[in-house]
Amino acid sequence: MKILIIEDELDMLQNMKDFLEKENFVVETADSVYEAQNKIGVYSYDCILLDINLKDGSGFSLLEDLKKNNIEDGVIIVSARNSLDDKLEGLNLGADDYLAKPFHMSELNARVKAVLRRRQFKGNNKITIGNLSIDLDEHEVSIDEKPLNLNRKEFEILLFFTSNQNRLVNKSALAEHVWGDHIDQADSFEFIYSQIKNLRKKLKAADADIEIKAVYGIGYKLVER
Amino acid sequence: MKLLNYTTSYFAAILLVLLGIWAVIFYLEMLDEIYDSLDDGLDNQKMLVINRAKSDPEIIQRLNFEDGSYTIRPISNKLAMNFRDSYRDTLMYMQNEKDYEPVRLLETVFKKDDEFYKLKIITSMVEEDDLIEDLLFSLVLLYVGLILSIVLLNNLILKKIWNPFYGLLQQLKNFRLEKDQEINTVSSNIEEFNLLNTRIEQMLEKSVSSYNSQKQFIENAAHELQTPLAISINKLELLVENEDLNDQQIELVASVLNNLEGLTRMNNSLLLLSKIENQQFPDEREVIINDLIKELKRDYEDLAAHKSMEINIESTSVLKHTMNRGLAKILLSNLLKNAIVHGQKESAIEILISENSFSISNSSNQASLDSDKIFSRFQKNSGSKNSNGIGLAIAQTIAKKYNLQLKYFYSDKHNFQLNFPK
Repeated sequence: MKILIIEDELDMLQNMKDFLEKENFVVETADSVYEAQNKIGVYSYDCILLDINLKDGSGFSLLEDLKKNNIEDGVIIVSARNSLDDKLEGLNLGADDYLAKPFHMSELNARVKAVLRRRQFKGNNKITIGNLSIDLDEHEVSIDEKPLNLNRKEFEILLFFTSNQNRLVNKSALAEHVWGDHIDQADSFEFIYSQIKNLRKKLKAADADIEIKAVYGIGYKLVER
Repeated sequence: MKLLNYTTSYFAAILLVLLGIWAVIFYLEMLDEIYDSLDDGLDNQKMLVINRAKSDPEIIQRLNFEDGSYTIRPISNKLAMNFRDSYRDTLMYMQNEKDYEPVRLLETVFKKDDEFYKLKIITSMVEEDDLIEDLLFSLVLLYVGLILSIVLLNNLILKKIWNPFYGLLQQLKNFRLEKDQEINTVSSNIEEFNLLNTRIEQMLEKSVSSYNSQKQFIENAAHELQTPLAISINKLELLVENEDLNDQQIELVASVLNNLEGLTRMNNSLLLLSKIENQQFPDEREVIINDLIKELKRDYEDLAAHKSMEINIESTSVLKHTMNRGLAKILLSNLLKNAIVHGQKESAIEILISENSFSISNSSNQASLDSDKIFSRFQKNSGSKNSNGIGLAIAQTIAKKYNLQLKYFYSDKHNFQLNFPK
């Protein structure tokens, strides 16, 4: 899987690159519109992470070029401008998703994987880890072919973890992903803990091959047993 | 009290005293003049009667007043020698009034054919009580007339003179720093008003510019902080995945991460506040509060359930208001979140929607909060470490933007009420 990150904030760029490389993606980078155009013209990518405010132009023009030239790369807009207008414009221009800065790496990971899945497994949208299988179209989880009954939130938590398998998932990243912005200032730690506890219980009862481990003070990690 | 009424009330008091004093002096003077002229009349009549008595002996034995206005009776020489003319007031029965009425009486002595006679002459007098009554009535009329003309003058002339002042006052009353308004002063040929105008213009200009630069500063600072914060958090997240770290080190990183995340949340809130104040939410449409709160209830159900709290919504009417939907959502969710976070476990949150108000209440073991401070930024009440104390400030800012009144009051429960304009 090849990913291109277009971002002019070099620290940010390096973070994304490091993180995605750990997921075994091939990551290339560009820090200007000019460099990005050159790379897009030569190679094809499975997913492009596109910043809007670049030093030599707007990411939107790059997006327009892509669509004009029928380049089918998946595009996720990554922008500091957390405004609805930007989001709508980006999606209208054909971007697959929009991610507002600042974001957690695990969120980026989940979004990238969702885009890749949508582009590659058209129709057959399944995640399998050991004896666990998630049908993304039907929103169904099964373990050893036996359906596992999860509520909507538990399903989303599990899905987020599977996108970040073996990676450390920050509690607040999880909270923001599953409950949106609502939860941010509530005493969320205890709350998330009780939600995870329920999910763990169900996984254990069904004898799943995966386990959600707590990493003290930070969050959780989904590992295969 | 209004300025115009204030001066009028002073005039009224002064006039009352002045007119009172004037009335007493006037009354005494008039009475004096009346007595003077009555006594002159009596004197004249005395001469006439004495002359007539000299030629007409018949009237010499006139002992009663009967149809005339005088009596004559003889007196002894001895008495007559010491007698002096005297004028005095007395009472006499009047046929027409069927009552005793005051009369002016002149007693004098004259000599005819070596005999002394005492002559009494009367003339009818002003009735003092009637006089006072008439005078009082006229005075009241005069007083009312004067006050009316003062009020009229005040309203016509003073109002015209004070017009620039009142114009300025009206504008100041409606002036709100955050609304970026201008004050239009009317130039006048009164020096004091012109001075007031220029001073106010200068002061406002200064406040507006410092308000704007402060606003700009907060927004820029918050914006600039976003990226370094995100980078730091991400780098720490990468660091903590490092297998070489021991538990103690992870704990340290976790603490830094938590603090950075708190900072990020606060930064986002400040950015949001600046955006609201900078009118960056133009897209306004009708929002149905009843539907929105139901939607939010669903979003927060998990959180409420975690504290075994119940959210009850009771609506007696459909409540609509034209506003930005995103902001409406933030406003209501901040109130709801506040109720859940600070509410007591296993209690109920009551939401009441009526024709023009929305109220939410939660029970808590905390006593009443200071309603003056509760909406200020960074006002923390509980020990909740994940609350940055901006939520209610944001709610208040949004409410003000749409002319809603957000109030807090305590009555067994903590209540937040949003009043919508009718």
